[in-house]
Amino acid sequence: MKDLFRGELVRFTMEEPEMRAKAEVRWARDTEFHRLASGYPAQLSSEKKTREWFEKQAEGLKPERYSFCVRTLAEDKYIGFLGLWVDLTHSEAWVGLGIGEREFWSHGYGTDMMKLCLQYAFTELCVERVSLGVHEYNPRAVRSYEKCGFRLEGRTRKDVLREGRYTDSLWMGILRDEWLRMQNGDQK
Amino acid sequence: MFDIQTQLFEDQDIRFGPIDHEKDPEIEARWTHDSEFMRLMETSPARPMSAAMVKKQYEKLEKQVEEDKNLYHFMIRAKADDRLIGKASIYWIEWTNGNGFLRVGIGAAEDRRKGYGTQALRMLLRFAFAELNLFRVAVTVPEYNEGAAALLQKFGFVQEVCRRKSLERDGCRWDLYLFGLLNDEWRNQARV
Repeated sequence: MKDLFRGELVRFTMEEPEMRAKAEVRWARDTEFHRLASGYPAQLSSEKKTREWFEKQAEGLKPERYSFCVRTLAEDKYIGFLGLWVDLTHSEAWVGLGIGEREFWSHGYGTDMMKLCLQYAFTELCVERVSLGVHEYNPRAVRSYEKCGFRLEGRTRKDVLREGRYTDSLWMGILRDEWLRMQNGDQK
Repeated sequence: MFDIQTQLFEDQDIRFGPIDHEKDPEIEARWTHDSEFMRLMETSPARPMSAAMVKKQYEKLEKQVEEDKNLYHFMIRAKADDRLIGKASIYWIEWTNGNGFLRVGIGAAEDRRKGYGTQALRMLLRFAFAELNLFRVAVTVPEYNEGAAALLQKFGFVQEVCRRKSLERDGCRWDLYLFGLLNDEWRNQARV
């Protein structure tokens, strides 16, 4: 069987709450990182509060929520996170990811994380589709998602106001059949 | 014209009002026994509810309105006798981005196709754009709810997103559409 938690550049782990909180608090101070990933206002939480949040998450694992920490294979460095929210009724998963360590941007780590995530979603969670939203001002992410097989399904016009400019959100999705066809193509 | 005279919560045949915790639970509980209505309104699994359950939901809803400050909820009532007809709400409001989602439902089958939905949406849009000053609003519509799509298009909504095969119902997979309308599009259009 395939190793679900190991890609070509990264692996999925789950770090202890202290470790996650330390990293998260540091990454949150990078507002470019925040604005690439989120449409909400940037916010600074204490390490204590963040740790308590992760501790609470560790206490009760929910069947609709899957979180991973991401480490590089080469350096074993903790660089980011990836989360899945599953709609169990309609067999759909939403994905969000972030690479907090900036020196690992633009080197294929995000694409590798997403490929690993799709394998997990379609072969372990067995969902029918995976969905995501991304800001139009983050074209690097859009290209990465396209490489993984996501298709653009539309844009919500001017739904994020940043620096006085209304920008669009893009919505992408990949269906189980599409992903399976890609996998079969790879093996030929 | 600067119009503060025209009532926000009154239209031709209907008005918006608050929840009546005594009378409404029984009526809304009846609606939940209509699986077709529930499946047009919600993507979560339909289930029949008792009046006591609906009452609890109302309490939860009012608590959410008070605490989260990103939700407005109205009961739709007949102007003639204040009878409960449906409900309308603006939810998931993001104040910093100026957007929110709308939802309108006419509960009883005999009250549908009488223009109440049109009037409710007209009031809800004026509230969203002229009172809350939102910049845009959105509505999610399953592919099988053709009535809703037609109503939204009448008000100038644009289909912005088609999330392919996002829902499973009756053994089929259905698309989920997202419709959007901007404040200036609403302001510059002929009134429906």
